[in-house]
This record gives sequence, C-alpha cells and structure tokens, in this order.
Amino acid sequence: MASETHVETLALREQFDTAEQQKDASTLGMWVFLITEVMFFGGLFLLYTVYRHLYPMVFAVASSSLNAVIGAVNTAVLLCSSYTMVLAVRAAQLGQRKAIVIFLILTLILGFAFLGVKAYEWNVKFEEHHVPGASFHFEGMAPELQRNAQLFFSLYFAMTGLHALHMVIGVGILSVLIFQAYKGKFTAEYMTPVDVAGLYWHFVDIIWIFLFPLLYLIDRHLPK
Amino acid sequence: MSEHIDSIRTYTGVWLVLLALTAGTTAVAYVDLGPFSVVIALVIAFTKMLLVALFFMHIRYSSKLTRLVVVGGLLWLGILLSLTMADVATRHW
Repeated sequence: MASETHVETLALREQFDTAEQQKDASTLGMWVFLITEVMFFGGLFLLYTVYRHLYPMVFAVASSSLNAVIGAVNTAVLLCSSYTMVLAVRAAQLGQRKAIVIFLILTLILGFAFLGVKAYEWNVKFEEHHVPGASFHFEGMAPELQRNAQLFFSLYFAMTGLHALHMVIGVGILSVLIFQAYKGKFTAEYMTPVDVAGLYWHFVDIIWIFLFPLLYLIDRHLPK
Repeated sequence: MSEHIDSIRTYTGVWLVLLALTAGTTAVAYVDLGPFSVVIALVIAFTKMLLVALFFMHIRYSSKLTRLVVVGGLLWLGILLSLTMADVATRHW
C-alpha cells in the first residue's frame, strides 16, 4: 500500500496531477463547447449571408424598420454585463467572496435588462405585423417582395431568439453561481465554475456583437 | 496557480473602447460608404470580438492548445461561409 494519501478536494480532483492541469482541462472543455456553439450559430449566419446576398435591397429596407438606437443601447447593456462579469471573475481569482456576489448580481440585473428590452422590441414587431406568418405585412413594399421581407424577419427572430435563449440559460447559471458564491464555495484556489461561466457569458456577448450590426444597421443611409 | 490577474484599470479601458466602438458602428451606418458599409461594420465587430476574447476571455494568457482550438473553430466557420458563398455568388439561377 502506498503510504501517501491523496486528499481529494474541489481544487484538485484525483485524476489530475496539478491544480493547473485541472484548470486547463476545464478551460479547454468550455472552449470546445463554445466552438460547437460557433458552428450552431454559424448555420444561421450562413443563411443570413446567402439571403442578404440574394435580396440586398429588401434586407436594407426591412432592417431599417428596427430601432437602431434601442439596439445600440441594448448592445451597451450587454457590454456592461460582460464588464461586471469579468470583474466577478477577477474577484474570484483574488478570493473576494463579497465582491464575487456583488458583481454576479450586477451581471444578472444587466442580463435581465437586456432580455426586457428584447421583449419590448419583439412586442413592437408583433404589433407592426412584422412577424413571419399569415398576418405578415410590410408597409410600402411591393407584394412580390413581401416573402423576401419575411425571410429577413424569420432570420431576425431565429437569431435573436436563439441568442435570447442563451441569455436565459446564462441567467440560470448566474443565479446558481450567486447562491454558491454567497455560501463561500469559491476561493482563490478553486473558482473554476465562475471562470468557465464567464467564458460562456462573454461568448453570448460576442454573438450579439455580430448580430447588432448585421440585423440593425444595414445601409441606414438609404432614403426610405 | 500561475494565474495572471489583470488590473481593474485594464478591464475598464477595454470596456470603454467597446462602448465607443458600439457608438461608432451605429453612427457610421448612417454615412453613405457604398459597399464599404458592411466592410466597416464587420471590421468593427471583429475588433470588438478580439477585445472581448483577448482580455475578458483571457486568451492572452491561455495555453497554446486552447488557442489552437479557438483558431481551428473559426477556420471551419470560415470554410463554411466561404465555400458556400463561392457557390451561391457564382451561380446563374
């Protein structure tokens, strides 16, 4: 029998040699997952590229019916949430329990703010009959182009919808982390869940960084 | 752990640049740049992505293996987009 006893802790589980190796494995695992997410969203970005290439004018006109100022403000809200998230990760690296909880709560609030604005925007689209389906109607667009405008809004709802779903999941993850952080689970030696959740949150932010100009800002200068 | 902990000042700087770029991309969309509108929009979005990935997602300090995975993933996305568009853009429907 080996005399040395391996004490298993959260900071170093049995299968890893060093804490650093364990941390690297978690980080790599999260990145591999995020790359699958890139390909998941990538299909939608591809569809968007193809149809914008085929119907550039219809996409420009349909895009202009979105409120660019609200979109820009919501982008800022999301960037602020990434800022508070990275500060939460930093607090975790330093083992500051109270700061982790505060910054995670701020991130959660900003996440809810983003979703609230999104809900408002979708509601406006419903009222304007810009939701694809039987009642779809885009004012001032020729009847034969209506179906192309529906394509834009199908992509708009699919892409912002999938993004919002990721935000909702992120909000759930944050809620669990806040509870765990409050209980004092995270220390400077073990903060992997906060770190990895941070990667997820920033990834969702990056998706929006591309969605905002692609959906809201197509040829705004054109006279409508 | 050999962790690199950035200062709050660094994060604040990156955050302010990200906000400025958001305002910039919104403003420039109202300027007539012809086909370069979309180029500018994508360049700004790419810059923002790099800032978030390098600073907020710690790619600056991450292992070579992690970087390889990230670059590899983006490469496949590039193949998906470029080969599909090479077909779509050269077709006579």
